Amino acid sequence: MTAADPDARRAALHALVGVYWRPVYVHFRIHWAREPADAEDLTQEFFAAAVAGDFFAGFEPERARFRTFVRVCCDRFAAKARRAERRLKRGGGAVHLPLDFVGVEQELGRVADAAKEDAETRFEREWVRSLFEVAVEALRQESQRDGHEVRFAVFERYDLAPDDATRPTYRELGQALGLPTTQVTNHLAWARRALRRLVLENVRALCVSDEEYRAEARALFGREGG
Amino acid sequence: MTPLPDDTVAHLREVLERPELPGGRYEVQELVGRGGMGIVYRAEDRALRRQVALKVLRPEFADQGSSIRLRREADILARLEHPGIVPIHDLGTLADGRLFYVMKLVRGIRLDEFARTVGLTERLRVFLRVLETVGFAHAHGLVHRDLKPANIMVGAFGEVLVLEWGIARIMASGGEPAGSGVAAGESDVDTLDGTVLGTPGFMAPEQARGDVEQVDVRSDVYSLGAVLRSLVADGAPHGTRPPPLVSIWEKATAATPEVRYSSAAELAADVTRFLDAQPVSAHREGWLERAGRLYQKYQTAILLVLAYLAMRLLFLVMLGT
Repeated sequence: MTAADPDARRAALHALVGVYWRPVYVHFRIHWAREPADAEDLTQEFFAAAVAGDFFAGFEPERARFRTFVRVCCDRFAAKARRAERRLKRGGGAVHLPLDFVGVEQELGRVADAAKEDAETRFEREWVRSLFEVAVEALRQESQRDGHEVRFAVFERYDLAPDDATRPTYRELGQALGLPTTQVTNHLAWARRALRRLVLENVRALCVSDEEYRAEARALFGREGG
Repeated sequence: MTPLPDDTVAHLREVLERPELPGGRYEVQELVGRGGMGIVYRAEDRALRRQVALKVLRPEFADQGSSIRLRREADILARLEHPGIVPIHDLGTLADGRLFYVMKLVRGIRLDEFARTVGLTERLRVFLRVLETVGFAHAHGLVHRDLKPANIMVGAFGEVLVLEWGIARIMASGGEPAGSGVAAGESDVDTLDGTVLGTPGFMAPEQARGDVEQVDVRSDVYSLGAVLRSLVADGAPHGTRPPPLVSIWEKATAATPEVRYSSAAELAADVTRFLDAQPVSAHREGWLERAGRLYQKYQTAILLVLAYLAMRLLFLVMLGT
């Protein structure tokens, strides 16, 4: 996060914002009990501060994971904002990021127990969700670029189904898309392989050491708590 | 994009970890456990219609160094034919390039779990089987380097299996670390050394320091001493630990390798002596301890003689009255 090359720095910040805006927003909303508009402002201001200066320069990898450090930075930022009792202004020369706060609010509405979780668990859950969302979006773009729309369609209908009850069988999916079942499984395997690669690339971009990368990846895959 | 629902995220987390096996011979059925760099699944071998265990590198360990380690572990398992070492059946590559190998499905519990279910004597008998297995590996030029209760399984009939040979070190003959004389492929793995591999609490000091040249069979002896200590001392009040056993693990876990037992076999000999109520080499016993040990050893005979003497005395008393 402290790359000297401006392009590398911009790319790192872009990856950081892409993955972290959502957990940061949810943290402000729930842990700091901010109203949606306040939490939006705080999130925008938080990342604007990161873009403008060396916000994360104080990160010490030997003391904590970067993810934990970001959460602590959020807490400091929110505490400072509350103390000053200042209302953060939208725009005004600050970087304004195109972030889908409405979508997050809808998802929060579905998760009734979000407020009961501890901050670390909630932050990690949103971080995982963000990583997958960013990777799925990258996979969608890759598929379009390389002419693999059908592969992505198979993946979208099967792996992105909202729950097991609405997930079609391979046979049903094949019939719907005019594909033999073997092709469905092949396309799914391709998409999962690509998604795994994209997710891990993102994790690696956000970690400063191999040790942290592996610890974060370990938290990412497999059944929760497994 | 619309936020991914929790169920979808949970599904993705699971399917992205699941190995994608080529050829259709093996069907993954259930996750058995996660280790440091690998995941073990129960799988069906469709060709031979049997259950097997399939070990695959975790997704984040798809780098060359980790692949070399898993490949090497497979090579070691294939080389060591011993009842205490899991036999390997097959080796292959997943569609995403990660290595996997197939081995016998082990059914049992971890040594520390087993220890909670049996008495001291049974624990020590199982420990002797661990020593025999490790001694076998040493005789074949291998130092395990990560011996701990979590890496040892005990089966339903008390059989012992020593697992996780991924960071084992190949020694040249005579127990010295392998130098330029190791076979091609093995030397690749030695380049992994220099980082600290092992488990704190069970790792010898020279290993914890990353002093690779000092690591030899005595480093495993240290770990075995720590395992013995955990088997005897965990959960047991301080006063109930037999002093000879304390001396044995203290000698095995000495900070200086030269002070330790020189081999697993030498350590086994002392544990066997303890079980046979004989004096152990690591312990200087007082006269009271000696009397106690002799009583334990000849308990039946002593009780018989005492019973005989008591009856004689009773008989004489009755005659007197």
